[in-house]
Amino acid sequence: MVDIPEHLLLRTAEARAKALGITVEQALAELKGESAPTKIEKEPEVLDVSPVEKEVKETPPPPAAEVKETPPPPAAAVKEAPAPAAAVKEAPAPTKTNGKTNGQIPAEVDFSPETKVTQRLLTVVKAKPIQKPASEPVDKVNTWPHLMLPEFISLMAMTAFLIFISAILQAPLLEEANPNITPNPAKAPWYFLGLQELLSYWDPQIAGVMIPLLIGVLAFMAIPYIDRNKDNKPSKRKYAIMLWTFFLAGAGTLSIIGILFRGPGWNWTYPWIDGVWFDDLLDWVHFE
Amino acid sequence: MKNEKIKFRDRIKDISAGLGDSLKESTLWGSIFRPGSPFRKGYSDSPRNRSYVVMNNVLYHLHPVKVKRHGVRLSYTLCLGGLSFFTFIVLTITGIWLMFYFRPTEMAYVDIQTLQTSIAFGSLVRNMHRWAAHIMVLVVFLHMSRVFYHGAYKAPREFNWVIGVILLILTLLLSFTGYLLPWDQLAIWAVTVGGNMAGYTPVFGQQVKFALFAGLEATEATLLRFYVLHVLFLPFIIVIFMAIHFWRVRKDGGISGPL
Ligand code: HEM
Repeated sequence: MVDIPEHLLLRTAEARAKALGITVEQALAELKGESAPTKIEKEPEVLDVSPVEKEVKETPPPPAAEVKETPPPPAAAVKEAPAPAAAVKEAPAPTKTNGKTNGQIPAEVDFSPETKVTQRLLTVVKAKPIQKPASEPVDKVNTWPHLMLPEFISLMAMTAFLIFISAILQAPLLEEANPNITPNPAKAPWYFLGLQELLSYWDPQIAGVMIPLLIGVLAFMAIPYIDRNKDNKPSKRKYAIMLWTFFLAGAGTLSIIGILFRGPGWNWTYPWIDGVWFDDLLDWVHFE
Repeated sequence: MKNEKIKFRDRIKDISAGLGDSLKESTLWGSIFRPGSPFRKGYSDSPRNRSYVVMNNVLYHLHPVKVKRHGVRLSYTLCLGGLSFFTFIVLTITGIWLMFYFRPTEMAYVDIQTLQTSIAFGSLVRNMHRWAAHIMVLVVFLHMSRVFYHGAYKAPREFNWVIGVILLILTLLLSFTGYLLPWDQLAIWAVTVGGNMAGYTPVFGQQVKFALFAGLEATEATLLRFYVLHVLFLPFIIVIFMAIHFWRVRKDGGISGPL
């Protein structure tokens, strides 16, 4: 028995419901064999195959009343014969047999001009294209000008901004390097200060530094392989978003502490009381 | 009299237009600007030419002819990846300029002083190089956060995230090696702090530190080492990884999303 896709069944049921004047649900139930087929009272709407037929219609021969419907297994046909002579034939038609119908051979139809033919569902061949499209078509626009123009504008804005701050903010240059004078505190560049702050909580001799660092870097690289959630909707990945936000907040807090709130001996200071102990900023941040 | 003036002006106009036309018709011009280029003669804005602008351009190495509609909205990428790349270009240009005036020897500090005081635009270019370096670290980090919040590292883009982490590390190393070059108290002690941290590596600590400093502490040998890493080795490596990164963005089906 072929597994008929739901939408095809539904379409058949709709056609049938229209032809017989019953509800679609009823027709569907019949097609699935869940309820007895409706008996046809009136002659169903038919397709006129030839003008000759019109005459037949005008003077309906007595057998027309006997129009019968073969109880349809879904794959079998609704068959109708105008005269008893052309009764339903059970003759097997091997040439028309589709292997998939598993022996349920549709009744043969006589296609002579006198025959009225309704639509028949012979079999369902599942759509299997030889070429499958690799992806769904997507809404695209031309790179020129829709992408390159915004890029060019942000490039210009960036340059303007950079020249502007470079004109008003002088990069620091302290006294010449002197290995004999150790500044206190000695601070790393700002992007490492969060790390320096974090590492100040444990004794580097014991915990090591490069090992946690290496593990940290590897953990970052492993993120896509750890997060197996395929969704990219923010509402479906609240946990991941929460984790990253915590990470940002933590890193930001540590960095700000390291940059502004640590003075000589890596002791806690307040920038508005003791000034900024961070030479990168010294020239242009004045709290005093 | 007045009439003659107008005539003269028209003639000038004609001549310059004619010159422009014959220049654009010349073999040389046509060989420089390929079909579709807005600089070619008779350029018109048509869908075909819009495709040609990209296809017949060196930018075809970076951009496909068409991109997803949602991807060009500024609010999606915030152009952060593009700006990371662009700050890198600015840093390369200003950095090459600085190299003309800088020697990684005991003269380094003096060279920076001279640059700031007696060379035209010296101060401006040094500032641009320094602030752009800070901006690049920040922008790369923001780009990474943008990618995370969009879940843009998910299949098939997992490996591009890994390449991204490598790019982040290279960016930090570039910035860190550059930090030493002015050879002032800020530079030497920041690098000493960093190098000492490396010294805490278990087992190989001293060896790692020795390789980094080219000695036991930050000296002029360290300066030369950091200089070579900063101007040659690391840019070379990062360009390779950027090329892979951009190539993967396209091969993985363009920008991710829409959300
Ligand atoms: C030197 C540093 C970097 C440069 C120049 C760079 C450049 C770019 C560019 C131009 C794009 C195209 C889309 C966009 O603009 O957002 C992109 C996408 C991407 N980048 Fe980066 N990037 C860098 C660092 C990173 C880092 C640190 C990560 C993460 C750890 C990363 C991960 C990604 C991923 C996964 C994509 C694909 C995003 C998507 O399809 O939406 N990149 N990058």
